Amino acid sequence: MSDKSKDIIDQLVGVVPGSALDAVRNGRPTARDNAQKSFEALFAPVDAGTVLLEERFAIAYFVAALHKDEAISSFYREQLGHHDRNGLIGAISAEIRRGETVGPYGHYPAGPLSAEDKPGLEYQPDPANREVLGRLGAVLAHAHFLVFRPRDASPDKLQKLLNAGWSTTDIVTLSQLVAFLAFQIRVVIGLRALAEVQQNASVGYATTPISPVAAA
Amino acid sequence: MTDKAITYDLADRPVVFTQEQIGWAPWLKPLEESELTDRHWEGLTEASRAKSPYFMLLARDPDILGARTRTDKDIFYNPDAGLPRAERELSAAATSRSNGCIFCASVHARFASTYSKRGDDVQRLLDNGVEVDLGDRWNTLVDASVALTETPSAFGTEQIADLKEAGLDDLAIADLIQSAAFFNWANRLMLSLGEPTPAVA
Repeated sequence: MSDKSKDIIDQLVGVVPGSALDAVRNGRPTARDNAQKSFEALFAPVDAGTVLLEERFAIAYFVAALHKDEAISSFYREQLGHHDRNGLIGAISAEIRRGETVGPYGHYPAGPLSAEDKPGLEYQPDPANREVLGRLGAVLAHAHFLVFRPRDASPDKLQKLLNAGWSTTDIVTLSQLVAFLAFQIRVVIGLRALAEVQQNASVGYATTPISPVAAA
Repeated sequence: MTDKAITYDLADRPVVFTQEQIGWAPWLKPLEESELTDRHWEGLTEASRAKSPYFMLLARDPDILGARTRTDKDIFYNPDAGLPRAERELSAAATSRSNGCIFCASVHARFASTYSKRGDDVQRLLDNGVEVDLGDRWNTLVDASVALTETPSAFGTEQIADLKEAGLDDLAIADLIQSAAFFNWANRLMLSLGEPTPAVA
């Protein structure tokens, strides 16, 4: 079992041990434990292979910030700070501003669903950042597509990553990383809202005088 | 050596949301069974998954696959209280409908139909989209799943209040959150790493 004190979702939500939300999370103990193991497999892997930790955190900062949740995006920016050797933070921050939009949008395969097609930003990194981003540029474009318009999928998008020098196995890792963040960020946002309602309810109990008979 | 993405020239590819048993074909090369080490088998978690091109592709990074699969199973299969299985599947189907994953929606719409016995309502969700009227409780579950699926997320205390109003306790609300959140993970892999293929007649 993972060390509970290091649970990133707990940390980002602010789960207090012994709280109502702690009990709720314990209702799905295997999911709780493996959400953390997923984070560790991606960001503290036994073997990082050919996807550097610095690259993993640069993508995570980009993806988290596009979701516009300050706590989560600060967390990944700080992690990138611990690994950044190439001055990526400034370039990624600029790319985040360039990539901000609202999803999901995109196109369906041609047919009856084409009536639901919703065009939107087809982000590409700023050519001025080409040098500092290197092979990460292709990943940022792919990550942006995964975050906002996954229904625009095509084999051509994978070919672009292959052409940029990423291997098939690298692409599996990168895809998992972005897709996992789409999950983790939503669990944090959802549970944080639940915690807020729980806390307001308990404050209500504490301050509202209730007779013992009525409370029973 | 640079690998090549795999392309298909399917005449009758699925272009609508359906509850039929459609298939899925990868755009990148899955591992072969002969390439699997113990670590790969551990990541697959079930030997039968070695027959699935989707899992054999994800097995290229076995540690994240294993952790992902265990997360998935507890969110959807853990029978201990919380949201009924039918409604966890409804959330998965609504999330998939919202993101536009025809394959994911087909699988989880079938499960939602099986467990709820409301196959016609599930089909209306697929046909008409997430705005369809499915009755108060299901509307609330679908709306909350869709709000959480937006990027940036539109989910907050208002959705929690609606879910409580619909009769969900805190564990059921957490199940709804985790079901929708998990399909934001699954949809992005299924959509981007391959494509749906026609049902076998």
